[in-house]
Amino acid sequence: MTRTLVTVFLKEIVDNLRDRRSLASALIMGPIFGPLLFAFVISLSIERSLDDVEETMELPVVGREYAPNLVRYLESRNIEITDGPADPDAAAAAVRTGLHDVVLVIPEDFGAQLAATIPARVKLYSDGANTQGGREARRATRALSAYNRELAAIRLSARGINPLVLRPINIDDIDVSTPSGRSAMLLGMMSYFFIFALLMGGMYLAIDSTAGERERGSLEPLLSLPVTRTQLMLGKIAATGVFMAFSLMLSLLSFYVVLKFMPLEKLGMTPNFDLAVVVAAFFLLAPFILLGASLMTLVASFTKSYKEAQTWISVVLIAPTLPILIVSILTLRPQLEFMFVPSLSQHLILVDMIKNEPLNGLHIAISVFSTLVFGALLTWVCARLYRREGLLG
Amino acid sequence: MIKVDRIHKSFGNVQALRGVSFAAPDGKITGLLGPNGAGKSTIMRVLYTVLRPDKGYASVDGIDVVADSLAARRRIGALPHGAGLYPHLTARENITYFARLCGVEKGVLDDQVDNIIKLLEIGDFADRRTKGFSQGQRTKVSLARALVHDPQNVILDEPTNGLDVMATRSLRDLILKLKDAGRCVLFSSHVMQEVAALCDDICIIADGVVAIDDSIDGIRERTGCDDLEDAFVAAIHLVAAE
Repeated sequence: MTRTLVTVFLKEIVDNLRDRRSLASALIMGPIFGPLLFAFVISLSIERSLDDVEETMELPVVGREYAPNLVRYLESRNIEITDGPADPDAAAAAVRTGLHDVVLVIPEDFGAQLAATIPARVKLYSDGANTQGGREARRATRALSAYNRELAAIRLSARGINPLVLRPINIDDIDVSTPSGRSAMLLGMMSYFFIFALLMGGMYLAIDSTAGERERGSLEPLLSLPVTRTQLMLGKIAATGVFMAFSLMLSLLSFYVVLKFMPLEKLGMTPNFDLAVVVAAFFLLAPFILLGASLMTLVASFTKSYKEAQTWISVVLIAPTLPILIVSILTLRPQLEFMFVPSLSQHLILVDMIKNEPLNGLHIAISVFSTLVFGALLTWVCARLYRREGLLG
Repeated sequence: MIKVDRIHKSFGNVQALRGVSFAAPDGKITGLLGPNGAGKSTIMRVLYTVLRPDKGYASVDGIDVVADSLAARRRIGALPHGAGLYPHLTARENITYFARLCGVEKGVLDDQVDNIIKLLEIGDFADRRTKGFSQGQRTKVSLARALVHDPQNVILDEPTNGLDVMATRSLRDLILKLKDAGRCVLFSSHVMQEVAALCDDICIIADGVVAIDDSIDGIRERTGCDDLEDAFVAAIHLVAAE
């Protein structure tokens, strides 16, 4: 019994180590592609959020000569004033066509209105459909409001009134999230990458050892040998599992390396992802291997050809992400019931690990146990299906 | 020794086998002859146990292929129609894999693989990966794979398909060697001449039933045709007339 299993297992490992497609999906697709995509997305969002404060913003102004003080104030806020279009109509057109993101128009009587303490009118042209322009417009509006408040305070002081009467309420925003906690929101998507890498690692082996074997015509001679089909199937699932485990390990390690080089602290995040967490995450996700391997073998043995198997397994690759997605959208907290759902339980526990929060031993036990039970169940179904005559197609 | 007794097998509405009976004794070559779609492959698949008969009984060396399929398979070396190899493994690795699965002991494994490689004259390409092998090379490796555990009963489903003259000749020599070693060889083909040149007994199958099961001379006599091809056609018409 074990000899057959080991023989099949070793053959599948050697066979697939020599297959460029299997190897690429195990070593490159999941483990390398995931972290790279992740690094790209994160650095993009870091750049965007840092843009606001640091970069000099250009603001075309029409009629800058009517408000020299305002212009000086804006320049002190790192806004570079340039000469705008000739008149307000031209300004509106320039924003509409995208020539400028935002244009400030100061009318001729701005100074006079200010002197007469009539609310002095300025016009800020922007295009709400243009996201980049929206950010610039918000920044200009913030700067103008600040100038507005400053003038108001000066006027009140001049009349002998404390400017604080205009601030009956003071709002203090206190964010209780820890740097690790903030990381979890963004890094929550990491668990998806791990499960993706895990499945990708074994995908081609699962297809090759069932649908591929049938398509090549090597399945029928194999089934005519004096071994049981269950033994053959278990050997194949075991080989698939080893490729998956390898892919998962690589994926965890490459994330570990990538995170070291990411300027996450600039976003106020310090994910708890040291080597100890890498090891813990591996053992947390490892029970998913049996489930994934048997699921992919099951799907591949249903299908008639390599291509058909590939199509269906791509669907399987998406399935474990659905619970993660739903929980992320609804921002649900870990609950006992969730721990019975494979992929979801691993995701929630992993997020807690990254947040560096105390882990619930019961939750982990249920997650491991229920995932293994699901895996064993699917393996059993798989063995049943392997005994069908229709397996030969 | 292979025995087939009134085997029935249907696929959906198609009756592939409608009570096929024949016997293939040890030390003889038995030919299964029939037009395409007659049921030759189906009966062989029942024998090497990848298909389960709906009705009837079949045995290999007295072992029921349904009740004890594992033991029956141990007595069989099968070459299914269009058998494929593992392209990433060498010919030797393909053969060794099957030998291990057949339970060939570690101590004799390498010797046995070497012997079969010598017997089938595939030493020149035994250590090359099988990707890109010619049809003849592939058939020889598949055959080596099926025979490596030295089975008493050999089932070959259209083994000469796609082989050139030289390859066909060496395959014929090999089958004769198996016969001389006292093996039971069951061999299917749709080419009359090939079967006539090789077989001791011929079982002509048409439309899922046995039309004639006899020696070559017996078939000539019963159909009244001297030419074997005419005899083949006459036998098939016999079935159609029923």
